[in-house]
Amino acid sequence: MSNVYVADKPSAAREGRPSGRLLEVEDLRVEFRTRDGVAKVINGVTYHVDAGETLAVLGESGSGKSVTAQTIMGILDTPPGFVTGGEIRFHGKDMLTMSAEERRRIRGEGIAMVFQDALSALNPVFTVGFQIAEQFRVRRGMSRRDAKKRAAEMLDQVKIPNAKQRVNEYPHQFSGGMRQRVMIAMSLALDPEVLIADEPTTALDVTVQAQIMDLLGELQRERQMGLILITHDLGVVADVADRIAVMYAGRIVEEAGVYELYAKPAHPYTIGLLESIPRIDEKGQQLRTIRGLPPSLLRIPTGCPFHPRCPMAQPVCAEKVPPLLQLGSTRASACHFAEELVKRD
Amino acid sequence: MSDPTSGSLVTSPPEQPGPVAGTSPAGALTGKQDKPRGLFGDAWYDLRRKPLFWISAAFITLFILMAAFPFLFTTASPTLPVGSGLSRSLEGPSGDAWFGTDIQGRDIFARTIYGARASIIVAVSATLGTVLLGAAVGVLAGFRGGWVDALLSRLADVFFGIPFVLGAIVILFTFNPRGAGSNEWKIMGLVILALCLLVWPVAMRIMRSSVLAAKQSDYVVAARALGASNTRIIFKHLIPNCLAPVLVYATILIGAYIGAEATLSFLGVGLQSPVVSWGVMISDSQNYLRVAWYWLLFPSAFLITAVLSFVMLGEAVREALDPKLR
Amino acid sequence: MGRYVLRRLLQLIPVFFGTTLLIYALVWAVPGDPFAGKCGDRACPDSYVQFMTEKYHLDDPWPLQYVFYMGHLLTGDFGQTFGGRDISEIIAQAYPNTLKLALVGLIIEAIIGLTAGVLTGLRRNGFLDNLVLVSTLFLLAIPTFVSGFLLQFILGVQFKIIDPTVSSEARFSELIVPGFVLASVSMAYVARLTRTSIAENSRSDYVRTAVAKGLPQRRVVGVHLLRNSLIPVVTFLGTDLGSLMGGAIVTEGIFSINGIGREVFRAITTKESATVVGIVVVLVMVYLLMNLLVDLLYAALDPRIRYE
Repeated sequence: MSNVYVADKPSAAREGRPSGRLLEVEDLRVEFRTRDGVAKVINGVTYHVDAGETLAVLGESGSGKSVTAQTIMGILDTPPGFVTGGEIRFHGKDMLTMSAEERRRIRGEGIAMVFQDALSALNPVFTVGFQIAEQFRVRRGMSRRDAKKRAAEMLDQVKIPNAKQRVNEYPHQFSGGMRQRVMIAMSLALDPEVLIADEPTTALDVTVQAQIMDLLGELQRERQMGLILITHDLGVVADVADRIAVMYAGRIVEEAGVYELYAKPAHPYTIGLLESIPRIDEKGQQLRTIRGLPPSLLRIPTGCPFHPRCPMAQPVCAEKVPPLLQLGSTRASACHFAEELVKRD
Repeated sequence: MSDPTSGSLVTSPPEQPGPVAGTSPAGALTGKQDKPRGLFGDAWYDLRRKPLFWISAAFITLFILMAAFPFLFTTASPTLPVGSGLSRSLEGPSGDAWFGTDIQGRDIFARTIYGARASIIVAVSATLGTVLLGAAVGVLAGFRGGWVDALLSRLADVFFGIPFVLGAIVILFTFNPRGAGSNEWKIMGLVILALCLLVWPVAMRIMRSSVLAAKQSDYVVAARALGASNTRIIFKHLIPNCLAPVLVYATILIGAYIGAEATLSFLGVGLQSPVVSWGVMISDSQNYLRVAWYWLLFPSAFLITAVLSFVMLGEAVREALDPKLR
Repeated sequence: MGRYVLRRLLQLIPVFFGTTLLIYALVWAVPGDPFAGKCGDRACPDSYVQFMTEKYHLDDPWPLQYVFYMGHLLTGDFGQTFGGRDISEIIAQAYPNTLKLALVGLIIEAIIGLTAGVLTGLRRNGFLDNLVLVSTLFLLAIPTFVSGFLLQFILGVQFKIIDPTVSSEARFSELIVPGFVLASVSMAYVARLTRTSIAENSRSDYVRTAVAKGLPQRRVVGVHLLRNSLIPVVTFLGTDLGSLMGGAIVTEGIFSINGIGREVFRAITTKESATVVGIVVVLVMVYLLMNLLVDLLYAALDPRIRYE
C-alpha cells in the first residue's frame, strides 16, 4: 500500500501520547445545533483501534455511535453537526486539523466505511461495477477496462456468485444480503487500513446477518485491518469483537476485552444490557429490561447521565460526572462504583 | 404565470418513482396539541418566524380589503370620467389623479383599486373549485386503485392534454362569443368554469400521489387492520395527511389564476368592459403605451404584486410544511 | 423495457382520442348557426351551405361527425376552411415558426434555469441563492403578456435593440426575446426544480457514500449528484416543449409571429371550427409524443424503471 498520505513524521503524534496506534479518537465532542436547541450528541468519546483488531462500539440508537463514525469519516452533516473538541488521529496525525484534500485521501484508502442500508447508500443509477471501478480509476488511475476487471474481482472476493455478469447490474437488482456484499466490496476496493462498519447487518434477515458477519471477520483477518463494528446487538458482537466500547448518551461508559466484559461488566448500564439478552437456558423467566428511556440529548442529566435509570444510583451520581477510569490494564469504566462492581462475585 | 398547469411549484414531475415529498406521518394533525407538535403546528411555528410570510400576508390582506371595500381607498369613480366628458383624457399622474387618467378620462387609481375585486373573486372561486374537484377525484383514484384509478387518471390526462390558454379560449369563445354582450356575472362564471375544467388534473395528480404514498404507510395499514371503515380511513387518516401538498398548491394557484384571468381578459375572451379588472385595463392600454405608460404600469404593478404575494405565501407555507427543507 | 413502452403507448391512445373528442365537442357543439357571418353580411347561398353540410356531415350528431373527421384525419386530410383553403397548408406554414419559437424558448430555459438551479442548489442560502430566489418569484408572478409587452416596449421601441415585431421568416436571432418571454415562467420553474432536486439529493446516502469513498468533490457533484438530480429536470424540459408550443399564443400575438397560436386565435374568432380542431389536434399530438419520449428518456436515465 502506498501510504502517501501518512506523514512520516512521528513528531506529528503529540508527545506524551501513546503513538503507534492506527486510529485514535480522543475526547471527541460533537453537537447538533437544531431549532429546538443544542443537542450534545458526543461528549468526550475516546477509543482506538489497532491493525488486525476488532473494536465493537455498542449502544442504543441515539447514543452517538454512528455520529462518531461519521465524524471520523468526515461525512458529518454540517450544519447541523459541529465538532466542538477533541482529536481524531490516524497514524498519530490529527485528521481534524488536516486540509480537506489530505482528509479526502485518507477516505477509502486509509479508512473506509460500510453503511447500514446498502440500498440507499449505493447510487441507484450506476451499475455496481461502475461504482466500485470508479475508485480504481480515480484513485489509481486505471483504465476503464482494468478497473472493471478489478471490480469484478472485488465482487468475487466478497463471494458474489457470477461476479463477471453481476458487475453490470444495478443495486436494485441485488438481494439485501448481496447488496451488502457489494457495499463491502466497494469499501475494501482501495485496501483500507481501518474499516468502519456501521450496523452492517441491521437491515438484513437473521440468516444473512451471520453470513455477512462471517465475511467481514474473514476479510478483516486476511487483510489485518482494524475493524470498528458499530452495533446495538450484543449477540453480533460476541463472536467477532476483540474489545467492546459501550456508549451511552454520547460517552463511552465502559471499555473492556470481550470476555472480561461479558464475564464481569463494570458498569450498571452494561449489566442492564447483558441482562436484557434472552437466554436459552433460562426459559420461562421474565426478561429483565433497563427501566426508563435514554435521555434527551438536548437535556442530558447532570452528573452521570445514566443515574436516573440506574438501579444502584447514589446521591453522588447526580452531582459528579464519573470519568472513564482505568480498571487494571485492560479495561475502563465510567462509574463511581466500578471498583465494587468488578470485585463482587 | 399565465399557465397554471406548468407553473406548479409543488408538483414533482409526473410519474416519478419513490415516496412523495411533503407529508410526514409524524403525528400530523392529530387534532390535539400533543407534546411533539403536529405537522401543521410545526409549520405555524416556522411560519411565524418568516418575514416572507408576514409580507405576503400583509399584501394579501390589503388586496382583500380592496376587493371588499374599494371605497375605503378612493373616492373617485372607476367608471365615470374625472372631468367633464373627455376633457381630462390621458393625463399623467397628478395630485388628484395619482395614477393619471385613461383615454376616457377615468381615474386610473380608482380603476386599479376597483379592479382587485373581479380578479380576486375569479381567482379564489376558481381555486376552490379546482382544488375541491381535483382533490376529490384524486382521493378516489388513489384510494380505490385498479380500474377506477386507471379510468380517472386517463380522464385527467385528457383534460391535461389540452393546452391551457388555447383550451380556455375555445371554452370561453364557444359559450360566450364576441359581441354577445353577456352580463358580467355570467362571464365571470364562465372564466371560473374554464379554469377549473382545465386545471383540475394537476390538483388530482398531487392528491392521488399523496394518497398512494399514505395508503402504504403503516398508520393506514394499522387502522385497516383494526377494522376501520373506508370512510373513516379516508376522512380520518388519508385526507388530513395528504392535505399539505394540495394546500400549498392552492395558495400558489390563487396567484396563478389572478394572472390567468388577466391573460384571458387581455386576449379579449375573459372579462370585458364595462367590468373593471386589471386584465381589462392592461388590454385597453396596449395601444397607448407610447403616450400613456402609466396606464399600463399601475394595473400591471398591482397585478404582479398580487400574484407575487400569493406565490410567496405558497412558498413560505411549502417550506414550513416540508420537513425535508428545514 | 419493451412492455413498458407498449404500456405507455397503449395509455396514450385513449388520451389522444379523449382530448381530440373533447376539443371537437367544444368547438362544434356550439349552439347557433355555423354559417352565421361566414359569407359577409348576407346569408350564405344555399348551394354553399349544402356543400359544406355534406362535406362536414353537419346534419349528423356531432359524435358521428367526430368519427368521420378522425377518419379523414388519420388519412392525412385535415379538411378545408370555409373559404376553401387546405387546413394542412395553414398548419404547414405556421407550424415551423411556432416550433422554432418553442425551441428557442426551451434552450434559453434549459441554459439559464439549469445553471441557476445547479449553482444555488450547491450553495444554499448564499447571496446568489437569494438573488435567484427573488428573481424566480418575479418571473413566476409576471404574466407572459406583461413581460412580453414590457420587453417589446423597452427593447424594441425605446432602445431599438430589437425589432418590435418578428419578420415572416422568423429568424432565430429575432426569436431570442420572444423565446425568453415565452419560457420565462418555465425557466423559473426549472431553476427551482433543479435547486430542490440538488438540495435533496446532496443529503442522500449515496452522495455521502461517494464522499466516504474519497472521491474528489468535483466528481461527487459532477457524476453522482448531478446525474440523479437532473432526471426530474430533464423530464420536465421534455414535456415542456409541448406546453410551450400550446402556450405560444400570447407571445405570438405580441410579437406578431406567424405561428399556430395566431392562426388558431384567428380561426376561433372567425369560427373556422375545422381549423381550430386541426391545429389543436396537432398540438395534442406533439404534446403526447413528447410525453412518450420523456417516459422513454426516464427509463433510460433511471434504471429502476426498466424492469417494473
